[in-house]
Amino acid sequence: MTGEFGQLALCLALALSLMLAGSGLSGARAPAALARRVASASALGMLVFVALAFSALAYASIVSDFSILNVAQNSSTMKPLIYKITGVWGNHEGSMLLWVLVLSIYTAMIVFARRANERMTSAALGVQGLLAAAFLLFILLTSNPFTRLDPMPFEGAGLNPLLQDIGLAVHPPILYSGYVGLSASFAFAAAALITRTRDWVAAARPFMLAAWIALTLGIALGSWWAYYELGWGGFWFWDPVENASLMPWLIATALLHSALATERTGAFRAWTLLLAIAGFSLSLIGTFLVRSGVLSSVHSFASDPTRGLYILGLIFGAIGSALALFAWRAPSLEEGAAFAPVSRETTLLLNNVFLAAATATVFIGTLYPLALDAMTGTKISVGPPYFAITFAPIAMALLLLVPFGPRLGWKRADWRAALRTLAPAAGMAAVASIAILAFTTPRTLAGAAAFAMAGWLLAASIIDLLGRKLHTAGTIASALAHAGLAVTLIGIAGTTLWRSEALEVLAPGETMYVGGYALRLDGVVGDSGPNYQAARANIAVLRDGKVIAFMHPEKRFFPAEGQETVETAIRTTIINDLYVALGDHRDAAHWIVRAYVNPLAPFIWLGALVMALGGLAALWSRVRRTQTAPDLIAAPAE
Amino acid sequence: MKNLLAALFVLFAFAAAAAPAPETLSDPALETRARALQKELRCMVCQGESIDESNAQLAADLRALIRERIKAGDSDEQIKAFLVSRYGDFILMKPPFDSSTYALWLTPFAVLILAAGVAIWVVVRAARAPQSEA
Repeated sequence: MTGEFGQLALCLALALSLMLAGSGLSGARAPAALARRVASASALGMLVFVALAFSALAYASIVSDFSILNVAQNSSTMKPLIYKITGVWGNHEGSMLLWVLVLSIYTAMIVFARRANERMTSAALGVQGLLAAAFLLFILLTSNPFTRLDPMPFEGAGLNPLLQDIGLAVHPPILYSGYVGLSASFAFAAAALITRTRDWVAAARPFMLAAWIALTLGIALGSWWAYYELGWGGFWFWDPVENASLMPWLIATALLHSALATERTGAFRAWTLLLAIAGFSLSLIGTFLVRSGVLSSVHSFASDPTRGLYILGLIFGAIGSALALFAWRAPSLEEGAAFAPVSRETTLLLNNVFLAAATATVFIGTLYPLALDAMTGTKISVGPPYFAITFAPIAMALLLLVPFGPRLGWKRADWRAALRTLAPAAGMAAVASIAILAFTTPRTLAGAAAFAMAGWLLAASIIDLLGRKLHTAGTIASALAHAGLAVTLIGIAGTTLWRSEALEVLAPGETMYVGGYALRLDGVVGDSGPNYQAARANIAVLRDGKVIAFMHPEKRFFPAEGQETVETAIRTTIINDLYVALGDHRDAAHWIVRAYVNPLAPFIWLGALVMALGGLAALWSRVRRTQTAPDLIAAPAE
Repeated sequence: MKNLLAALFVLFAFAAAAAPAPETLSDPALETRARALQKELRCMVCQGESIDESNAQLAADLRALIRERIKAGDSDEQIKAFLVSRYGDFILMKPPFDSSTYALWLTPFAVLILAAGVAIWVVVRAARAPQSEA
């Protein structure tokens, strides 16, 4: 019954999305006020029915309705309630349903957002309707979560234990809020082109910010999960799945900066439109990479290409038509704003140059091995050393320029004045690099460079916050976001350059040493959770001969799924992480224990939080301003 | 009963999956070399992990193999060449620079130069454009 209900809701949602597409696009014409009302109603109706379909699948998972194939394949009665709920999006069909749910939520938000331009908003709703229809059709034709299973099994196959973790459980909804949030920028850009609207950025900016914040948090959460769950202390692997989320983030960052100039002075109008299209295109490409199976192997994709080909068609349709529209209409919107070589516009342009090059690097590094394998059958790996040589220098060059942007004025600026206010930041950079060279071992030039850069960025942000009498929300937002970059850089440098590690085979009572700590294995005991059995180590942490803590890394075995996971134990002082993982069992009494001291590791994710806070500051001021000053259409830039 | 099961699990379940000893070479300089090499070699049955950071059996075998080779006096290049002859370029985390990868290595910098060129053109044009109202 639940299955039929969900299926029906999905079909009705599809009908409403088509109605939304038709009415929204015809509402782009001036007199079509009725069409615009129909579009708003369809958008809300679509949200209701997608939410009902999603609830139906969640309900089936909670009550373990194994007559539904998706639930039987991905759930089990033994699974704790929380993972029965989050397991809904822990598989292909459910995650696509989540994707459409998030798309519907954003569409409803466009309905409720204040409208500066009725015709453009209507066209944007129409574009969202087209996207929703394409994805709903994809779900119904190739990935139906409500397919029945007969006979119904007594027990489900369970969920991959790696996904039975709270960090990974909340990762997809947050990341999708970012991916799909870029659809709103895309829809507004397309709507601006359709209705020949020049001032579209103000309406789209809250959605750009929301998407960027969600992407920032989603990527950070994924990285944190990899850190504590995989058991090797790594936080970023340049894995194609990670790269697929990094590319939209880089473009969204470029878009936020380019849109600042477009909104304020009309510069880069066409380029900002193109970035809005590119951002969502990369979200779609990321979805294709993750969802088509092309990553695990080009050949596994070729053996069952239905889903992949559908998404590929969708990508070509969406990107192709958007680019065609862009080529046709954008030249008439460009106005060639004037600015001097030394001006904020130039710094924003340089920001975009480096971010575009960085995105291209990640793009080719991710797709080249796939293309080479498909065309010549040659298999190569593109791993961290490639990105260290290509991505890192581009990123460092960008970071070096960051402090100049906020202190150069629009149109024409005084570079001497900017340099004067940055003198203390340069001093801070020098002090930081000298301190690193003097006080740390091993002494590394890379460390000195990274800390100089971090000092430069942090000091510039502090100068921004202290130096001006009147703070605009924009100053606070950019200072926070840029300071967050510095904090993350400190974490990355600390962890990669000064990590200590030890790998020992220990019997109970034996001790190993890592980075100034002694770890004594007191024993390994059996333990059991709701749906797993565990081997749990009891490790005493000693410093200067005194026990300061006990840590309990585990290995878990999930019988329903027949898989093992590693539960690391991490003791953080913010300044460093003591990280212990229990490895394999050697013989009756001996266990492999891996231990790391990761200096400054928490800063990696703290920095992302600070960046997201910066985004929130910008978003909050934007929302508040449109509420208190409803006549302000072209708001001043932040 | 549950606890008994768990205890049995601890005793037996891992024994089957026990990896070979994590041989650390007694000479710290050689061990550092081994660790550096491990980071450059891909665990071919994993997704995107090097053999330095993988729980897979293959990774453990390769870690042991590297140490044997180092003890036997092979250079890093000889070890890599041996592994490439056995597994192909796929095992190298850093792809080689040859005719099949020129595009891979050069595209980032080509895009950077191209974008910088466009930016210069835009700035020059903007500086020459008639100044409209501020």
